[in-house]
Amino acid sequence: MSFDKTVLIKPIFKENPIALQILGICSALAVTTQMKTALVMALAVTFVTALSNMSVSLIRHHIPAAIRIIVQMTIIASLVIVADQILKAFLFDVSKQLSVYVGLIITNCIVMGRAEAYAMKNGVWMSFFDGLGNGVGYGVILIVVSFLRELLGAGSIMGYPVFKLASEGGWYTPNGLMLLAPSAFFLIGFIVWIIRTFDKSQIEEENS
Amino acid sequence: MASHKKDTLSKTFVVALLLCVVCSVLVSSAAVFLREKQNANKALDMKKNILIAAGISTDNVEAGFRRIKTQKLDLQSGELEGAVDPTKIDLRKMAKDPTQNLMLNSQQDIAGIKSIAQKSLVYLVNDEDGTLQKYILPIHGKGLWSTLYGFLAMDKTFSQIEALTFYEHGETPGLGGEVDNPRWKKIWEGKLPFDELGNPIVRVIKGRVDPQAQDASHQIDGLSGATLTSNGVEHLVNFWLGQNGYGKFIQKMRGSAL
Repeated sequence: MSFDKTVLIKPIFKENPIALQILGICSALAVTTQMKTALVMALAVTFVTALSNMSVSLIRHHIPAAIRIIVQMTIIASLVIVADQILKAFLFDVSKQLSVYVGLIITNCIVMGRAEAYAMKNGVWMSFFDGLGNGVGYGVILIVVSFLRELLGAGSIMGYPVFKLASEGGWYTPNGLMLLAPSAFFLIGFIVWIIRTFDKSQIEEENS
Repeated sequence: MASHKKDTLSKTFVVALLLCVVCSVLVSSAAVFLREKQNANKALDMKKNILIAAGISTDNVEAGFRRIKTQKLDLQSGELEGAVDPTKIDLRKMAKDPTQNLMLNSQQDIAGIKSIAQKSLVYLVNDEDGTLQKYILPIHGKGLWSTLYGFLAMDKTFSQIEALTFYEHGETPGLGGEVDNPRWKKIWEGKLPFDELGNPIVRVIKGRVDPQAQDASHQIDGLSGATLTSNGVEHLVNFWLGQNGYGKFIQKMRGSAL
């Protein structure tokens, strides 16, 4: 099978799991108050989607249809636990901030959605790249949202102060809303709006 | 895509079994191989939090922690029971274990924590020459969404608060989460938490404390937009300084200091 690089690129912009498929929203709200946590979360999700897609594809001819979903869940859950263990060992501070959300990658719709929709029907390497692309697509949105939330909500980027805060004698009064979950909804909404302004094919037809 | 061949009952069992074996080996080996590093991280994190409460630089945690002596404390008698390794004691687990905890009734339980461990830890902070400077007491209690875990540092005569820090909580960022704000924490420094009889009388009030007021030395500015978190902090400080918390130990220490 020849390598089709659209598999890797498509989910980043054209078929972004968050912006087009509206999957994985809950964790996108929870971990995007800071860029650091968003970045680590994006890496963890990419790790899990890529490897789970690969493993599911590897054994796809042997998975009995009756327990298909359970098999996928077991693979995903195992990978998530491994990712969580690695974070706890090597990135302790970030893993403390991410707390339960690393474990909740198991329930992230993107991971299982790709396993069921793509990896069950496609080859091992293509599935791996599809998972990688979807993980990165998720990560791109997370990083954009967290960049805006951290900058406007706390006046910093990656923890380094950029805007001097009014409370410390500077000029910038942080927008507290940005640190709360609803702001991520607004930001993701804006991103979806911008993407669909340029790519009309993403707009759903109205059923009138 | 589902061929009939692969859907026999025995095949289903074999696939399920093999998958479980492979996955469990993967998960348990990750847990086993990384455990040591994780425990080291946890211990380092705990020591770091204590150093922050003690006001000691965390650049070199091990060196800083040499200035801190940990003693086990029996809360009911108020007696210290000798030096212990703080990383070996899990107060949270003890508070849940019926053989090692004390249940609190609703009148005692102003901090909203239901039960506490019978023992606790006291960290004695020395200066470079080994002279005792202050005590650090682990504290916790309910805020609005979460239980706040932290440390209360007291001066060596147990008359004034040296510092209040929280190392773990899940309060709203920007509102209750402001318990981490260095400026708010600074307000606690030098406050006198006890009345003449030795009862804890800390009050977190709404708005700003009038420095001229008679009770200003017991009062703390509330966090705006976070009344319930502020109340929670007030209650947990009073709880731990009271008779059901460190009260007996503190009375003993103050009695011997006077």
